[in-house]
Amino acid sequence: MREITFAEALGEAISEEMEKDPTIFTYGEDIAKQGGIFGAYKSLLGKFPERIFDTPISEEVIYGSALGAALVGMRPIVEFHFADFLFTGIQSITLQIEKIRYMTGGQGKLHLLLRGPDGISNSAAAQHSESIETIFMHTPGIKVIIPSTPYDIKGLIKTALKGDDPVICFEHKMLYKIKGLVPEEEYTIPLGVADIKKEGNDVTIVTMSHMVHESLKAAEELEKEDICAEVIDLRTLVPWDKNKVIESVKKTNHLVVAHETWKRAGWGAEITSVVQEEALDYLDAPIIRVGAKNVPMPFAPQLQDFVTPNYKDIIDAVKKVLR
Amino acid sequence: MSYPKDFLLNLYKTMVRIRNFEIMAEKLFLEGELPGFIHLYIGEEAIATGVIADLRKDDFITSTHRGHGHMIAKGANINRMMAELYGRTTGYCKGKGGSMHIADFSIGVLGANGVVGGGLPIAVGAGLGIKMKKTDQVVVAFFGDGASNTGAFHESLNFASIYKLPVIFVVENNKFASTATTKETTSIENISDRAVGYGIPGITIDGNDVITIYETAKEMIKRAREDGGPSLIEAKTYRIKGHFVGDPELYRDKKEVEEFWLNEPIRKFEKKLVEEKMLNETEKRKIWEDAQKEIEEAVTFAKESPVPNNEDALTDLFVNDSGYDY
Ligand SMILES: Cc1ncc(C[n+]2csc(CCOP(=O)(O)OP(=O)(O)O)c2C)c(N)n1
Repeated sequence: MREITFAEALGEAISEEMEKDPTIFTYGEDIAKQGGIFGAYKSLLGKFPERIFDTPISEEVIYGSALGAALVGMRPIVEFHFADFLFTGIQSITLQIEKIRYMTGGQGKLHLLLRGPDGISNSAAAQHSESIETIFMHTPGIKVIIPSTPYDIKGLIKTALKGDDPVICFEHKMLYKIKGLVPEEEYTIPLGVADIKKEGNDVTIVTMSHMVHESLKAAEELEKEDICAEVIDLRTLVPWDKNKVIESVKKTNHLVVAHETWKRAGWGAEITSVVQEEALDYLDAPIIRVGAKNVPMPFAPQLQDFVTPNYKDIIDAVKKVLR
Repeated sequence: MSYPKDFLLNLYKTMVRIRNFEIMAEKLFLEGELPGFIHLYIGEEAIATGVIADLRKDDFITSTHRGHGHMIAKGANINRMMAELYGRTTGYCKGKGGSMHIADFSIGVLGANGVVGGGLPIAVGAGLGIKMKKTDQVVVAFFGDGASNTGAFHESLNFASIYKLPVIFVVENNKFASTATTKETTSIENISDRAVGYGIPGITIDGNDVITIYETAKEMIKRAREDGGPSLIEAKTYRIKGHFVGDPELYRDKKEVEEFWLNEPIRKFEKKLVEEKMLNETEKRKIWEDAQKEIEEAVTFAKESPVPNNEDALTDLFVNDSGYDY
């Protein structure tokens, strides 16, 4: 196996599938000439000139056109530029893509992929820092993948591109440059299968995206105090791997759910609720959620750090559930 | 140019102040002093300067991610602007907004905006409010050519037109929307042609000629003040700097940029002023030196200002309660 970056793994997945499947094409803002604002498409520069192109700033039609293109047999991959801007074209997703197949009694296949960066970066402030994946868990009709490693993104994107349902993929800005082992051989990762990033017996930490890395850091620190945490990376939010989470809770009897998005009504609330509905008897303490403070993301670096959860908050939460 | 010398020199000074603010912002960002993103208005100064020269203090504007110039032209305090770029408590947004969200409602700046096209509906709403209040204020919405491809642009023009709102839409066509050229993302040569579809006047002008801009804006502002309704002005210019500071600019030829430098608005206006003996070397030097000094003082002010406390992050969401802890 060789080491490649998260962005390179994404590029490989797309480019390998494009080689095989002429119906795949990809468009969005600032991808064709500069490879994406955060370099997501850098490894695709110069490839497939007819099938990778830049669009006007017209989000509602960028997202909505993916639906139309899928219905006539193509497999569009649409880059949404910043997760924040999904809000400017949201009806195309929440009122059209998510509903059309169901509303029409199961007609058509919406093999389309919406993908792009989310999360905080260097003081991007309130309109360029959001993680809004929970919205797509709340509104039924689209599958949600949120990889945390180069291996995972390649396998999950491949599955999305081979499948027949609409998928949205969130890629944390701070992950594009991280490196990891990725096999050269073909592989895919099924949706709905969580990955245990670290095994442990004392407490379960359920997490995703950049917070997987914060959780692993927290787990490492906790080892020093003889606390052995199990870190579960859900990898996909819709569907999510309920069984693996409950299995782990049965073993550790303690659960912390950690995400970068707002704590209030973040997806952690859903996980927490399901676990207490189905495995309350196995819990030795109330479940604790770790999430951003419930304010828009402030600009000043000190304030951004304060609002955003990190490994220290996870350590505190673990200690609190174990007390 | 049959205008009093004072008036002309004020236009020049405003442009020079904007230019110097931007030169400093670029330098500070490259030195790693400023967090976030910085989008420079260098080469586009004539537009904000010319349009806002005919606005009253109680008129409103909406701005964009490239908003420092609009702010300065509308009379913003440079110290507070620089402090905001530094994320300090003395900044316009107490360090919560940064470059892309600078605002001063008290001087009619209803905000820069991080969302392309985000300012247009706000400008329309301000126009609607003015109409309901029956005052003779006006609103100017500044935005880029890229924004004219958003749904918000088209909905805003139609909305302003049917209710005859006092809004002047000013599209700053700088030939780029980030890495995309206007040519490849816009189906017509002149964006002002889009006005036809909404039954309002549309006019394309040289966005590097401050006097033409002033005169065109004056006419459209008068029209709006007298209940004549909205209009669309397209000011053609060129974005001399990268989309943001640090942009690798893989999408354009450096030669093209050099050509456009020769036509940049300050040099162009300066030439005219000198020809008409409205500006001599001594005056010119003083204007530049004053501007530089003002900006340097602003940097000192910003650097000496306190950084926010953690708890500051939890204020300002609502008026009477914190809003974050439930
Ligand atoms: C809704 C939305 N989509 C995309 C972006 C990312 N973005 C920021 S500025 C920009 C280009 C804007 O071009 P234009 O409106 O012409 O203004 P200019 O930068 O040229 O001044 C883009 C695509 C954004 N901020 N908001």
